[in-house]
Amino acid sequence: MAAVLESLLREEVSVAAVVRWIAHSTRGSEDNPGEAAALSSLRPLRKEFVPFLLNFLREQSSRVLPQGPPTPAKAPGASAALPGRPGGPSRGSRGARSQLFPPTEAASTAAEAPLARRGGRRRGPGPARERGGRGLEEGVSGENLPGAGGRRLRGSGSPSRPSLTLSDPPNLSNLEEFPPVGSVPPGPAGTKPSRRINPTPVSEERSLSKPKTCFTSPPISCVPSSQPSALDTSPWGLGLPPGCRSLQEEREMLRKERSKQLQQSPTPTCPTPELGSPLPSRAGSLTDEPADPARVSSRQRLELVALVYSSCIAENLVPNLFLELFFVFQLLTARRMVTAKDSDPELSPGVLDSLESPLFQSIHDCVFFAVQVLECHFQVLSNLDKGTLKLLAENERLLCFSPALQGRLRAAYEGSVAKVSLAMPPSAQAVSFQPETDNRANFSSDRAFHTFKKQRDVFYEVLREWEDHHEEPGWDFEKGLGSRIRAMMGQLSAACSHSHFVRLFQKQLLQMCQSPGGAGGTVLGEAPDVLSMLGADKLGRLWRLQERLMAPQSSGGPCPPPTFPGCQGFFRDFILSASSFQFNQHLMDSLSLKIRELNGLALPQHEPSDEDGESDVDWQGERRQFAVVLLSLRLLAKFLGFVAFLPYRGPEPPPTGELQDSILALRSQVPPVLDVRTLLQRGLQARRAVLTVPWLVEFLSFADHVVPLLDYYRDIFILLLRLHRSLVLSQESEGKMCFLNKLLLLAVLGWLFQIPTVPEDLFFLEEGPSDAFEVDTVAPEHGLDAAPVVDQQLLYTCCPYIGELRKLLALWVSGSSGRSGGFMRKITPTTTTGLGAQPSQTSQGLQARLAQAFFHNQPPSLRRTVEFVAERIGSNCVKHIKATLVADLVRQAESLLQEQLVTQGEEGGDPAQLLEILCSQLCPHGAQALALGREFCQRKSPGAVQALLPEETPAAVLSSAENIAVGLATEKACAWLSANITALIRREVKAAVSRTLRAQGPEPAARGERRGCSRACEHHAPLPSHLISEIKDVLSLAVGPRDPDEGVSPEHLEQLLGQLGQTLRCRQFLCPPAEQHLAKCSVELASLLVADQIPILGPPAQYRLERGQARRLLHMLLSLWKEDFQGPVPLQLLLSPRNVGLLADTRPREWDLLLFLLRELVEKGLMGRMEIEACLGSLHQAQWPGDFAEELATLSNLFLAEPPLPEPQLRACELVQPNRGTVLAQS
Amino acid sequence: MILTKAQYEEIAQCLVSVPPTRQSLRKLKQRFPSQSQATLLSIFSQEYQKHIKRTHAKHHTSEAIESYYQRYLNGVVKNGAAPVLLDLANEVDYAPSLMARLILERFLQEHEETAPSKSVINSMLRDPSQIPDGVLANQVYQCIVNDCCYGPLVDCIKHAIGHEHEVLLRDLLLEKNLSFLDEDQLRAKGYDKTPDFILQVPVVMLCPLAVEGHIIHWIESKASFGDECSHHAYLHDQFWSYWNRFGPGLVIYWYGFIQELDCNRERGILLKACFPTNIVTLCHSLA
Repeated sequence: MAAVLESLLREEVSVAAVVRWIAHSTRGSEDNPGEAAALSSLRPLRKEFVPFLLNFLREQSSRVLPQGPPTPAKAPGASAALPGRPGGPSRGSRGARSQLFPPTEAASTAAEAPLARRGGRRRGPGPARERGGRGLEEGVSGENLPGAGGRRLRGSGSPSRPSLTLSDPPNLSNLEEFPPVGSVPPGPAGTKPSRRINPTPVSEERSLSKPKTCFTSPPISCVPSSQPSALDTSPWGLGLPPGCRSLQEEREMLRKERSKQLQQSPTPTCPTPELGSPLPSRAGSLTDEPADPARVSSRQRLELVALVYSSCIAENLVPNLFLELFFVFQLLTARRMVTAKDSDPELSPGVLDSLESPLFQSIHDCVFFAVQVLECHFQVLSNLDKGTLKLLAENERLLCFSPALQGRLRAAYEGSVAKVSLAMPPSAQAVSFQPETDNRANFSSDRAFHTFKKQRDVFYEVLREWEDHHEEPGWDFEKGLGSRIRAMMGQLSAACSHSHFVRLFQKQLLQMCQSPGGAGGTVLGEAPDVLSMLGADKLGRLWRLQERLMAPQSSGGPCPPPTFPGCQGFFRDFILSASSFQFNQHLMDSLSLKIRELNGLALPQHEPSDEDGESDVDWQGERRQFAVVLLSLRLLAKFLGFVAFLPYRGPEPPPTGELQDSILALRSQVPPVLDVRTLLQRGLQARRAVLTVPWLVEFLSFADHVVPLLDYYRDIFILLLRLHRSLVLSQESEGKMCFLNKLLLLAVLGWLFQIPTVPEDLFFLEEGPSDAFEVDTVAPEHGLDAAPVVDQQLLYTCCPYIGELRKLLALWVSGSSGRSGGFMRKITPTTTTGLGAQPSQTSQGLQARLAQAFFHNQPPSLRRTVEFVAERIGSNCVKHIKATLVADLVRQAESLLQEQLVTQGEEGGDPAQLLEILCSQLCPHGAQALALGREFCQRKSPGAVQALLPEETPAAVLSSAENIAVGLATEKACAWLSANITALIRREVKAAVSRTLRAQGPEPAARGERRGCSRACEHHAPLPSHLISEIKDVLSLAVGPRDPDEGVSPEHLEQLLGQLGQTLRCRQFLCPPAEQHLAKCSVELASLLVADQIPILGPPAQYRLERGQARRLLHMLLSLWKEDFQGPVPLQLLLSPRNVGLLADTRPREWDLLLFLLRELVEKGLMGRMEIEACLGSLHQAQWPGDFAEELATLSNLFLAEPPLPEPQLRACELVQPNRGTVLAQS
Repeated sequence: MILTKAQYEEIAQCLVSVPPTRQSLRKLKQRFPSQSQATLLSIFSQEYQKHIKRTHAKHHTSEAIESYYQRYLNGVVKNGAAPVLLDLANEVDYAPSLMARLILERFLQEHEETAPSKSVINSMLRDPSQIPDGVLANQVYQCIVNDCCYGPLVDCIKHAIGHEHEVLLRDLLLEKNLSFLDEDQLRAKGYDKTPDFILQVPVVMLCPLAVEGHIIHWIESKASFGDECSHHAYLHDQFWSYWNRFGPGLVIYWYGFIQELDCNRERGILLKACFPTNIVTLCHSLA
């Protein structure tokens, strides 16, 4: 490998040839014969060149970056050559990254402990929540635990690195700690940077089956160690695998070559000014070294390497574009060189062009190299977000090294509209209750309905508790909520309940976890949030402010493991805690269905023809729709992957050997949870990769170790690899994929290739070249891929790790090495619910074909409008029929039922039978529904289409669109109506019958005709509650016990009755129970008046009410009973033994008021004479004191002796004349 | 009347072991003249109910019932017209209406063959004339009219108050031209949880402290004072359930509430003691 680079540096071969050589093994013949010859001998190494190059660069930069910002995964190309991996837990857990640290660390257990801990932590699913202790979680991304050691390092581990490095700077000048390489030539090797270079042995024997040098880490099936773990202490000696000997030989060869060369072209030595600078101390005291273009040590060599490197990136020969950019940015922003002059004898003139001399001898070199590479990738840079562009354009090093690039970047910045905001609007929202899917009719039984009602509440209770507590230290999901969740899941007995719950779960997931798509997080099919409409601008500013106030969230470096950030964590933990296989199965079913639905959604395709402003408006909406669909798909696929592979993941290392074979044999029998291979193939064919691949990547990121080995999934990976290679950014042409679309795919695929479960060798597989991929696709004219559906917002939302670039630059500006303070993550609210249903595809035949043809040449918005109108009008038609025809039938049913009840008497017969009779009479009328429905659609659709289409739509197009809308709406409505109208009528009639029968039942009073208040009423009457309360007070005073000074004034009583009249006349606030109680209380009051039991408060200590006053009050009551009460008044209570008994206590007894009252009752028709007689009769049966019984008998007789219908005039006289009752009482 | 927790506790402190009578209420009003009577009554009633809930069990042991019944019998034998039952209730610190129910139950057990059904008892309490024993009827009636926290009359008053405030709220909504679905309509549509009103078009309530204002989807009217105990029960049984289904909403405690309880605004449950005045509706021109 080194030889290739060497020959390149010697200009024996051109960069182009090398790149061609790497990319296309078979095209060697195109190169000039000399180059071909030079390279052909190295052919077997072709595949290993890129990993070698990347490793080489990482190695070379190691002196610059230790104390810099987080470094991306170093490509531990030679970690395969470190067979000591299973040696010890702490070592293993550090992964390849540990190689970047000086051996001292490994030697000291004290130093290892924190590292091991960090290693474990950073491999957790995300920085947002690290609870640890959950085996499954470790399984998700914790493969680097003991036994699986030596895996590539996860990017998320990087952020914690600098602090450690700073506190423990490697003493590179210590020859004991960093001894020179074994016995091989003295001098040079000793100056190697503190860590082992991972040499790539030149070996002919190596084949696919052997452990290979990979960009990141060794393949899973790496050779088991035969070496002791002690190799760390002696990096150049024992640690090297057998292959290293040939490596040493190769070095030897090179050295000889070099010495020859040296004599021909001596290169001037470039002094390295920073050599004497002190070792970096703790954070904060760092001073940045200035970078000076004039002091670059060997431009030519750097240019060459940069060119090869850039070409590899451009050709997608590197697995992860953004990782390389991150690396380059690191070089650009490197603060200082860690080196020691004294121990660097390599810096002698003559060795500068060799590989043995450091590529980057100074900060100047690094910056120069970085700028060289960046110049080649201006196009990618210019497509980054505005913030990054600004930081780049303002970077003084860049200005210094390449004013031209800086100028272009500045121009790009000024022209950029790619503002990206990842701030989440606050607060969660619940899934709204939709009667269509959530009411009783959707459940098998009342019990299921009510159980689900409770579950919904428990679910949100759990969610709120999680929101409140999950950020508290020491809070544990399982401990806090586990048992409650399981108890709740336990209640979901019926399968139907499971599906209801899963629907709720999935909807809530989509609502909460979908990152804001577009400005306000507005979501398809839903009206925009009121708030965002009311104050979108203000709100937007608020969120931006909030975003600025919050420290940037560390998403875990440029290649974070798959995580469940924010509230996704809740759903993940919920699934884990529920641990219900029914739930998981239903969830997978539901997720798969939704994924299929969304993946197949007919998204608009960009019309290259209409480029005017109007279509821009349309296009904004369409782009947002795409973003919403894509983000939903990614979320759903992530959870599908998580649940589907859950049973196969565990903390244990991936199986090997026979065990693996048997597992493979078994697993290959299991059908995939969702046929992703077919979906991918179709997506590629239909040029919808930009939609399908990003979610597929999410799905695959949760695969277990065995998955990539299965044929089914291997096919998928190969397809993805070919796709990756084919996405060359510089190749842009009409009808091909848009730049940002490509960038998104490159980002997500690059990320996928870093997932631990994806074997690295996969990437460097010698599969067919990229054009083979191009050939497979029989693409339609304009696929989604060719439409500019991806913008920076979407790119950054899908791949937040791209934002690491910006952070790196920001860090450089801020000058501090690492921000502290947690990122406050808020819950994402959205108003998302179901995404628009797929347009009706039912229309068939010639008309349908004509309609299709019609739409073909119209803007897509026309089609959507028509389909939308048809869908809505069709749906409204059904509702219209329900409100008119069905409602009429229900009214008929009610009147028929009334008749039935009248003829059959009170009971009315068996309700079920009644229903049958009614239905048999009414259901035939349902046939009218179709005609009415047709008429409705005919009437309503055209107007709607007109309103929604632009004014200038040609008349013919408009009328066709109207007709199609009418047809589709009618079809939809009639299909539903003909299938369901009878059932609908039945259901409504049944409800009406039970309503009527119920109303017949307990409270006839409530049904009675009620008068409202008069039209002029202003509802100022005293409130019923107040009156009941007042009357109750009077009653309690009368009944006692009372204080001597307590009583009521006659005026108060009169006022009270006046108020009662007002209240009864204003019905506004009166409810039946209140009226009933008022009636009862008024009767009680009358009894107390009659018995003269009301303690009267007056200026003269007069404790009895005057007769006249009492009568006046009784008259008021009588009038109220007669005129104002609309419900029944329990007047018979006046003659209840208890109330009549009140008279017994008065001395002397006065019967006149009672007699007066009875007469008035009869006269006013409030009580019948017979009724009173009966009451009086029953009074005799009670036990009374002797004299009282006699008087009662007299009263009875007196009353009975009255003429049945006295003249009205007489009654008037009675009020003033002493009546017979008084006489009786006095006798 | 929004009270701070401290203010509320000062009032509650005065209510420890106070019998639920007219007189107690009068004294309370004198003690806190600045508070509205309705608020005081509501707090009194709630505090007393809490007290009864705590002590309920001890009055329902068979020994206790037996001893009360004997005391009642002895009392009425001495003087049937004296407030025997009421005094007994006050003496043992139990609600008079509940004491009446207890004695009535015991009485009926003794005089009827079968144990009286709940509906019979309720009916007799509503209309003591149905009680076969005249003396007991009077005693029960006296208990009921003198109890200001329990009993059919009090229940009716509470129900009426609740209803009145719902009507009041409905009028306010109509006046503001806010279209809504009420409880009955929601029930007819098959909603499993029904707040008093769901706004068909949500509104935003502006308040000085929240820049964005608060969205309101539903409104629940509570004609009582919102103390901790009742508010938490309502949250659990009603408000969160509404939130779970309909999003953020507004609770109006017409008789006030403890200020500190209004802590879920950001979450979507807003408390007010009256109908909010600063409401912004969706402008159609924007839509």
